Amino acid sequence: MAKTFKKPEALSDQSTHYCPGCTHGIIHRLVAEVIDELGIRGRTVGIAPVGCAVLAYNYFTFDFQEAAHGRAPAMATGIKRVRPDLIVFTYQGDGDLASIGMGEIIHAANRGEKFTTIFVNNTVYGMTGGQMAPTTLQGQRTTTSPAGRNVEEVGMPVKIAELLSALETPAYITRQAVLKPKYIVRAKKALKKAFQYQIDGRCFSLVEFISTCPTNWGLTPVEAIKWAEDNMLPYFKLGEYKTPDDVEED
Amino acid sequence: MAYKHTINKDLCKGCGLCVAVCPKNVLEISDQVNSMGYFPAYQARPEDCVFCTTCCIMCPDVAISITKVVEEEEQE
Amino acid sequence: MGKILMKGNEAIGEAAIRAGCLNYFAYPITPQSEVAEYLSRRMPEVGGVFLQGESEIAVGNMLFGAAGCGARVFTTSSSPGISLMSEAISYISSAQCPVVFVNIVRGGPGLGGILPSQADYFQATKGGGHGDYRLLVMAPASVQEAVEMVMTAFPLAEKYRNPVMILGDGLIGQMMEPVEFPEHLRTEPSNKDDWATNGMDTRKSNKPNLVKSLFLSAELLEEHNVILKAKYDRMKQEEVRYEPYNIDTDYQALIVSFGTMSRVCRTVIDDLKAEGFETAMIRPQTLFPFPEEPIKQAALKESCKIVLSIELNMGQMVEDVERSVQGTRPVHWYGKAGGDVPTPEEVIDVIKSFF
Repeated sequence: MAKTFKKPEALSDQSTHYCPGCTHGIIHRLVAEVIDELGIRGRTVGIAPVGCAVLAYNYFTFDFQEAAHGRAPAMATGIKRVRPDLIVFTYQGDGDLASIGMGEIIHAANRGEKFTTIFVNNTVYGMTGGQMAPTTLQGQRTTTSPAGRNVEEVGMPVKIAELLSALETPAYITRQAVLKPKYIVRAKKALKKAFQYQIDGRCFSLVEFISTCPTNWGLTPVEAIKWAEDNMLPYFKLGEYKTPDDVEED
Repeated sequence: MAYKHTINKDLCKGCGLCVAVCPKNVLEISDQVNSMGYFPAYQARPEDCVFCTTCCIMCPDVAISITKVVEEEEQE
Repeated sequence: MGKILMKGNEAIGEAAIRAGCLNYFAYPITPQSEVAEYLSRRMPEVGGVFLQGESEIAVGNMLFGAAGCGARVFTTSSSPGISLMSEAISYISSAQCPVVFVNIVRGGPGLGGILPSQADYFQATKGGGHGDYRLLVMAPASVQEAVEMVMTAFPLAEKYRNPVMILGDGLIGQMMEPVEFPEHLRTEPSNKDDWATNGMDTRKSNKPNLVKSLFLSAELLEEHNVILKAKYDRMKQEEVRYEPYNIDTDYQALIVSFGTMSRVCRTVIDDLKAEGFETAMIRPQTLFPFPEEPIKQAALKESCKIVLSIELNMGQMVEDVERSVQGTRPVHWYGKAGGDVPTPEEVIDVIKSFF
């Protein structure tokens, strides 16, 4: 069935600095599409991390703040507490969220802060050149795990969706992927649901996106998609890990 | 009702993801370098395109768009 | 409303509310946890925001986000907590957001102690975080002055779009003194539509605002630093405040002292005067901008033989005093860093030792 397709209003015209085939670009578009469809651009404030997406504010057409490394959830908390009517999201990579910012994300989720976090998991620190991250897979080589991640030395890759789902405070936690159109379509639904929970003032929401980093993985964009499917999805299982409705059911 | 599939060749970074996912194998990587120094994707077999937007969904750079085109005769 | 007897920490919390600041983010740390306890009750009464963060690092960034979207915000902490907030303070200064920080200083370094100290002078005035930034720093010597400084800090932070720090100490926070909250010091928050990320609908604009501190281009970062420096230079022109004491006499020694320590020095000056030995004091009320000129002039008095920087640390403000006196008189330091406050007698002995 033929359809039209165009750039969402919430996305700027600026070509991104992301590497060819980097899936940040897809996630940016999904965020912009959801913001357009929910008609909230005029009251949305995005918070950029330190990482490849630090320049995200150049690619969106609404208010933005740029956080110190790992601190976006605290900034988002600050905004939501003084202006609960604003729609706030943090956009963070795995180094930003799961390493230096682990304290901030856990406590924001545990307080039930009513903002949305977009968590881009590509197993490495992209901007700084491909170092090991908390989500680097066992045996995966990076610039700081040249012989492959040794779990005896640095432990197992962190599963953020499962970790945050263990908190008692109601939340919407889901892990999605942007590796293929079928995943992307599902990821967009989940992202829209996350923003809807925020609009309704219902709960904290986090969408983890399994993403690729062709440059630092040393693969072509197409090979990177395959590597992620073959290696990341078995460990980082997709799915809806927690929704605020669960609490009532128990 | 006709549709028009356009790849903005100066936004495309030639990553090839659209080529890989096109269900009708319409797209290929051009050998003409664009203004950013990339070899953009293009419609090698436009007649096979069914305007399903799969390539648009996969594109990380929002370089592909599909618009409705009102035919000349329909305008009169 | 007449004067009421209040603990310093609680008076500081009430002062913020009376100034028109209804948003407080904080983390417990002795000797100022009472501010949070007090505001956890008071803020709900006035429809304000009270939130205890998970760490001072988080609190610093909550303040940054909230100030960045246009709200008036403040926090109180103590020395180690301020160290943790220093990253955020550097970001806030560069992003030019108005935030008020109150540091009820305790003994350091490290975990240090919980008794009064002035050992965060360098941290406050020379930058505890990274990069070329300065804080406007005010040092109260009484609970009433702390109240007034907190209240004036908000319009000052907005005037300069820069963090302002109140540098108290454990005594200022813990002692009770009669206070009142001057109504004329209440101010309306300034309009921040031209820079705050308060939502495009709020300011009926289609142009996004951006609060950030990253400048990857050397020229832009240079330009940005020039803009920031111009503010600090302007502070030096317009915001220096100090209080002279016994300055119109032929004093033989000039004391420079601030906060709690300056109160002991007043007693010293009075006692020595009774013995016919004149001494005087310049009490900086702003530590940045530092009152260089008044100190320079006071040291040049014919009768003045020495200048003494008396502070509750191992010698920090003394460097600024030396810089101000410019070698025209010998400058000495005296102080204690463990938490004890020198007695008037001890200070008198030190002064006499130079004559």
